[in-house]
Amino acid sequence: MFGLGKKDLSLFLIVVGLALFAPFLLNPFPTGSSLAQFNAGYPDLMQRFVIFGIFAIGFNLLFGLTGYLSFGHAAFLGMGSYAAVWMFKLLSMNVIPAILLSMVVAGLFAVVIGYVSLRRSGIYFSILTLAFAQMSYNLAYSVLTPITNGETGLQITLNDPRIFGVSATADGGIPVTNLFGLEMRSATTLDIAGWSFSFSAGYYLCAIMMILAFYLAIRIFRSPFGLMLRAIKSNQHRLNYTGLNARPYTLAVFVISGMYAGLAGGLLASMDPLAGPERMQWTASGEVVLMTILGGAGTLIGPVLGAGFIKYFENIFSKINDGVLHSWFAFLPDGIENLVVGLIHPFVGKGWHLTLGLMFMLVVIFLPGGLVEGGQRIGRLMRRRKKPAQDPRKPSPNPAE
Amino acid sequence: MQITKWEDSMSNTLTRRGVLRSGAVAGAGVALPTIFTGSSASAFTNEPTGDTVTLGFNVPQTGPYADEGADELRALELAVEHLNGGGDGGMLQTFSSKALDGTGILGKKVAYVSGDTQTKSDAARASAKSMIEKDGAVMITGGSSSGVAVAVQGLCQEAGVIFMAGLTHSNDTTGKDKKANGFRHFFNAYMSAAALAPVLSQLYGDERRAYHLTADYTWGWTQQESIAAATEALGWETVENVLTPLAQTDFSSYIAPVLNSGADVLVLNHYGGNMVNSLTNAVQFGLREKQVNGKNFEIVVPLYSELMAKGAGANIKGIVGSQNWDWKLENERGAKYTGSNAFVKSFGEKYGFPPSQAAQTCYAQALLYADAVARAGSFNPCAVGEALEDFAFDGLGNGPTTYRKGDHQCFKDVLVVRGAENPSDEYNLVEIVEVTPVEQVTYDPEHPMFAGGNLGSCNAGV
Amino acid sequence: MDAIILQILNGLDKGSAYALIALGLTLIFGTLGVVNFAHGALFMIGAFCAVTLSRLLTLSHQVLDESRKDFLGNPLKVDVPYVTEWFGETTGAAIIDWAVPLAILFSIPVMILIGVIMERGLIKHFYKRPHADQILVTFGLAIVLQEIIKYFYGANPIPTPAPEVFRGSFDFGVLLGFDPNAVIYPYWRLVYFGFAALIIGGVFAFLQFTTFGMVVRAGMADRETVGLLGINIDKRFTIMFGLAAAVAGLAGVMYAPINSPNYHMGMDFLVLSFVVVVVGGMGSLPGAVLAGFLLGILESFASMNQIKAILPGIDQIIIYLVAIIILLTRPRGLMGRKGVMED
Repeated sequence: MFGLGKKDLSLFLIVVGLALFAPFLLNPFPTGSSLAQFNAGYPDLMQRFVIFGIFAIGFNLLFGLTGYLSFGHAAFLGMGSYAAVWMFKLLSMNVIPAILLSMVVAGLFAVVIGYVSLRRSGIYFSILTLAFAQMSYNLAYSVLTPITNGETGLQITLNDPRIFGVSATADGGIPVTNLFGLEMRSATTLDIAGWSFSFSAGYYLCAIMMILAFYLAIRIFRSPFGLMLRAIKSNQHRLNYTGLNARPYTLAVFVISGMYAGLAGGLLASMDPLAGPERMQWTASGEVVLMTILGGAGTLIGPVLGAGFIKYFENIFSKINDGVLHSWFAFLPDGIENLVVGLIHPFVGKGWHLTLGLMFMLVVIFLPGGLVEGGQRIGRLMRRRKKPAQDPRKPSPNPAE
Repeated sequence: MQITKWEDSMSNTLTRRGVLRSGAVAGAGVALPTIFTGSSASAFTNEPTGDTVTLGFNVPQTGPYADEGADELRALELAVEHLNGGGDGGMLQTFSSKALDGTGILGKKVAYVSGDTQTKSDAARASAKSMIEKDGAVMITGGSSSGVAVAVQGLCQEAGVIFMAGLTHSNDTTGKDKKANGFRHFFNAYMSAAALAPVLSQLYGDERRAYHLTADYTWGWTQQESIAAATEALGWETVENVLTPLAQTDFSSYIAPVLNSGADVLVLNHYGGNMVNSLTNAVQFGLREKQVNGKNFEIVVPLYSELMAKGAGANIKGIVGSQNWDWKLENERGAKYTGSNAFVKSFGEKYGFPPSQAAQTCYAQALLYADAVARAGSFNPCAVGEALEDFAFDGLGNGPTTYRKGDHQCFKDVLVVRGAENPSDEYNLVEIVEVTPVEQVTYDPEHPMFAGGNLGSCNAGV
Repeated sequence: MDAIILQILNGLDKGSAYALIALGLTLIFGTLGVVNFAHGALFMIGAFCAVTLSRLLTLSHQVLDESRKDFLGNPLKVDVPYVTEWFGETTGAAIIDWAVPLAILFSIPVMILIGVIMERGLIKHFYKRPHADQILVTFGLAIVLQEIIKYFYGANPIPTPAPEVFRGSFDFGVLLGFDPNAVIYPYWRLVYFGFAALIIGGVFAFLQFTTFGMVVRAGMADRETVGLLGINIDKRFTIMFGLAAAVAGLAGVMYAPINSPNYHMGMDFLVLSFVVVVVGGMGSLPGAVLAGFLLGILESFASMNQIKAILPGIDQIIIYLVAIIILLTRPRGLMGRKGVMED
């Protein structure tokens, strides 16, 4: 189905299922409970999960397949965001033209930067991409302020022309982003018993985009083009000796990857119409590298998991403060409560970076293939455990022919 | 205790209204189907229906301003304690408005959530969004940079909650980027310049040649524009304005040419780590000991903070700048600034050191919001906004203050401070030189440095 | 003319910091082939060695001074450092004043120890892993080290002044016949430059003229063959890692008076130091030093007002622009060796 092999199809369907049912899956705890702190099923974070998932899938097309480690990929995401916000300012608040332009702009920059950077390989390539991205960031922060609005970030205002829309709504507010009238921020809440699930229009747009992006990534992975890219990774010299020029292939995948980043940037701006320069900083580029490696470089699902992992820590762990800790452990005697809170305190709230750093180290030390390998190991363990239990009852898994 | 007295008198009028209101809300809740309660159920974003109301404290917890953020969070936690009737009541005792009675806000217990802005617009918005979408916050406060403040203010406008800005000093926050749902207690670059100018003239005379180093981003530019205009009005000449990259850590190559430029004053339009480094570098070059044009070479830092003073150490001795507030204010300048000591006492006793100006601003903002809700009798941001507009108050440590309706900027006296020569301890690094009265720092909302913005109409969301 | 001399001085000074950090990074990155994102953190820890020593020297007990009041109106607690009590007022004050130079001695064993522990405990297991894994683990380590420092010292910069005698600046202009104040340069920055030159020279001499250095250089060129000769190259690489950590740490100690140390200063230098190493060329120590000074000088010139007037914002991007130009004209940087981290 969909031109996918059996294994890929089941993976694809799992991703579709996860994406569509995320509002349920990410809100496992009742709203009123003290564990609700760990719920991630609110629109903004769900949107970030899938948007950064798209970004990481795109990055992995380049890095996972060809081995070219771009250290400036966030530049394309940033440029995509700026392009999208400019569309909102000039054209209309509809997200479709904004997303299209953000992909086009990111693609064009990717052609130029890729053409130059791909003349080198290995670390030299990484530093070239890093240099381009840092120049973009520094200029966006300062000299290019008329285009980027500098430090503050580009925002939509009441004075924008918006030739196919309105500058201000009837009641004097700033219009909101929409898809042919469907407001991106609109959401429906479903209350069941103690649970509350939020279905946001913006999230589902992002989720559909992510599913499409994921599907395209599978097709690229399995295509002859993808095979060629792997050949480049395994031995470019040998490829050259066979008379094949690798450059057009690497440039093509670099541009595709850049457009994925542009799409992510466009979606970020569509969900929240602001584009700030720090989206292009090296730390942002580093983040997508970390997401991909953390999840499992070269695997299909890994980058999405890595993106979710990092965004979860950033948004959930940073919000656990001492007050929350005390409310969790209030059942303990005072002295022990304070001791427990004191022990956990350095790792949450303002210490969330520490936990993230430790997680990076633990994952890479114990799971060399990233989170995907963790999943595989758990899977193997379960199968091994199940097998002896099942074998006696089912003597032959394959019925007689 | 003092609180209980007015608590009794106030609870009659206000909490009754609160009770009536929450009763009505509860009734409305029953009438709705329990399933598929869409967002249209309430009158405004995150209308609190239970017995608590949640405020969002969005402060930098990682990155260079983490310590400032930590101080803001301490003050905000203290404010919550006082609003709920705990502790000694702090500035609630001295606040001129008596609408708050220590039983929370409108009878609802105050709860809070905290988040990390990382001093990045994106992260700050993500954090604020999670507070609004997940935790049901009706107000966001905190922050330590103007870029973040403007970004979060924009978000709050779109989402329909109130934003009570923390530390943000750029003219744009209540100028070009002002928003109906956003309010700023902290002073701004124009006010710093207006307050500094007379003192600079008095200390250094009217014939000075100034060399500006300016952080190359929006706050730096507005600061430079403001101080250049104010000093040029005195008769000073601006020799040069050099923009320095934000990421710069070593300013030697920008400082080196200063002495040879004919300038006799160096103005450092830098904040935070930038300021600490540029000032340290300038002192290293021995600028303070030099004589130029027959005058002592001087350095001016338009915006000071306690943490910057601490970071720069001995280098700040004798260097003039401005502050929004200082913990010594009431001690040194008398009862006009009542509230300062009450705040220093409750903060100091709880945390063991005096509060910073960032702490005072956030504390005051939390109280001002709560008070406005109590006076409006509603959490509806439009009602709260109306209650804050042109609200004149006293007793929050800055002397008589007004929240101007035209741009949602607070107007109050501005402090001119100087690095102390022999500080008795690390809390006395700066001394108050002058308190410039509010009249001298007031400007027209349509002043060119603030023009181009539009408050728009208030947004209650939904 | 005087402006140009000034910027050359500045460039040498900036360059010496870049060169020192890049030198240590090249020892690890360009020779052991480990992408060490924790190198900036080592520099930062070096600076905090200076902070720690000055804290240790000012360890004090509190004496109540009834005549003065603290901020709550209670009697002021005055800190009396033990050092001044033991050695007397003047000697004690002098010891505290000289905290940063003393920290050099303090930091060398500390940094070597940290480096060796890092290599033995962590990096060793990553020699054969992909570069991607090395990035992830060292980045994680860098964050952890940073956060530990932040936990104990806070996020605010901590002033760590140079000894009294090195404060102020030296007037070169008078020597060269310019007006007074035309070309002045701070003493401590001159000390930093001299110190950097000394360390760089020392590292080169060590690798060039000792048997140990010879083996290490052979190991860099062909690790397997050296191993086959029965030489324990692993142990030597551990020592090299310790040495690299010490170089980074010393660069940090001496940098503390130039800019007050804070917990994320390492990250500020990290990207830049990678650029310097790569521009210098992978696997080349002289290349790293040369690139450090080159980029330092170019950055200083780009910040001149006359140049900024023609090309606004050039100082923001000069380093990256130069990096791109060099890498496009010289495929392996200034002095890179073939085949090192090219694929």
